[in-house]
Amino acid sequence: MSRPDSVAVLGVGMHPWGNQGKSFVEYGLVAARAALADAGVTWRDVQLVVGGETIRNGYPGFVAASALSQALGWQGAPVASCYAACATGAQALSTARAHILAGLADVVLVVGADTTPKGFFAPVGGDRPDDPDWLRFRLLGATNPAYFGLYARRRMALRGSTEADFAAVKVKNARAGSLNPYARFRAEVDAETVLNSPMVSDPLRLLQICATSDGAAAVVLASEEYARRRNRDAVRIRAVSAITPEYPRTVPDFPYLASDSMAAGVPGTRTFRESLAWSAYEACGLGPEDLDLAEVYDLTTAMELDWYEEIGLCEPGEAEKLLHDGVTALGGRVPVNPSGGLSSFGEAIPAQAIAQVCELTWQLRGDAGAHQVQGARAGVAVNQGLFGHGAAVVVARA
Amino acid sequence: MTDGIPAAPGTDTWFREGPDGFVLLAGRCTACGALSFPPRPIPGCPNPDCDALEQSVHPLSTTGSLWSYTDARYVPPPPYPRPPDTEFSPYALAAVELAAEQMIVLGQVAPDVAVSDLTVGMPMDLVPGVLVSSAGVEERVWNWRPSA
Repeated sequence: MSRPDSVAVLGVGMHPWGNQGKSFVEYGLVAARAALADAGVTWRDVQLVVGGETIRNGYPGFVAASALSQALGWQGAPVASCYAACATGAQALSTARAHILAGLADVVLVVGADTTPKGFFAPVGGDRPDDPDWLRFRLLGATNPAYFGLYARRRMALRGSTEADFAAVKVKNARAGSLNPYARFRAEVDAETVLNSPMVSDPLRLLQICATSDGAAAVVLASEEYARRRNRDAVRIRAVSAITPEYPRTVPDFPYLASDSMAAGVPGTRTFRESLAWSAYEACGLGPEDLDLAEVYDLTTAMELDWYEEIGLCEPGEAEKLLHDGVTALGGRVPVNPSGGLSSFGEAIPAQAIAQVCELTWQLRGDAGAHQVQGARAGVAVNQGLFGHGAAVVVARA
Repeated sequence: MTDGIPAAPGTDTWFREGPDGFVLLAGRCTACGALSFPPRPIPGCPNPDCDALEQSVHPLSTTGSLWSYTDARYVPPPPYPRPPDTEFSPYALAAVELAAEQMIVLGQVAPDVAVSDLTVGMPMDLVPGVLVSSAGVEERVWNWRPSA
């Protein structure tokens, strides 16, 4: 059935993750060509290119859609480049979808690609004491893992989670990642290895925190009508929510040094992270009970457990039970991160949210190979990044 | 400043050190009372339903309860200072919830306190702290410390 709020996923493609010494444009081109081939369209058919920006690759990174278009050969299509931290790819998809729903384009190429140095992410260079991202490093030495450590310790205090619970998430995701040819880390890991890996930011150890990585992903979106004509309308994006927090924020989310005071304003009933998935559910009329799988932004193992509750897979405090019962593992009722997640990919910022949609698409088409979720018909992808960014994308079979 | 240590870069309006002790300073909207920490560097109010521009200086509570904590076992990248001729020593970070303001404020934990000394929910005090810049110059910051 055709729906007025849907766009079709015509094709998807990736470059395998991992630091392979290529430029972000080359990674992006490989992903883009794979997505075009998968879609059965040519570069000349593309009517808009939306690029996820990278802030680590100079001017070409800021104009990513242009850099990729030039590399593919100028063919006149308009470009749009956007940056939304970890939600960059979802915002790019949202822009593409809006153009299609408005009737401004029938075929849109969305690409995200990055190269990322090893180690902690660092703020953009220079002395900038008016930049919260600079200040948190300069004054507190508060890296991303430090913020993740705060959230993980909070979960332990609130929910009684243990380091062993967190390690079980890594074991699960490493197993899934070992089956995915696009993943960077393909080795299975046991809990003992996780718990003996070096402590980075208490209570999180190295193998409980996602690495930084090179990577690229691309999606070709099309209008319902165009996709139907080509008989490639099996998988639809049903909702994209790329929203901002509502004041007052109740959690000190990065890169900020404080939460908002609740003395003068009453917070909403949902946290920002909860509102990401729920606003997408409400937009398309699907709910967590309709999901067959989910791709969640597991910047850490502890954060994956937070997401189970925030996207409604279980009640608050029940995530560990869901995990240990195998519900979220491959073969379970609702596998989470069947791709292996960030845990197996490492993070390539502008590519990651697009990669999540690639994975959902392969799963819903039955093309996921060794890590296939049988009979999957609907899934959600969620992410959160700094500076109030976050997104959820609901993908479903027609 | 009582001891002449200059405020760390960017923090000139963030705290006050005087006869009445060491306090963090929030901005307070003169119309709706919304608090901002750090104080806003630009006019306006964080409350989306308030269009007032004026902010007054509002000292924050100097005690709170530990909302969460972590530490840093590896050297953070610049701009975190790397003082010359010193070894990196891990430090703990605290997120402290202030009851009156219903607000959580991050900070480094005083350097003699280890992460193993901390428990979520424990009372914490604000104390002046010192950061040594990459040029070897002492700078004033704020620290959290378990209440005595």
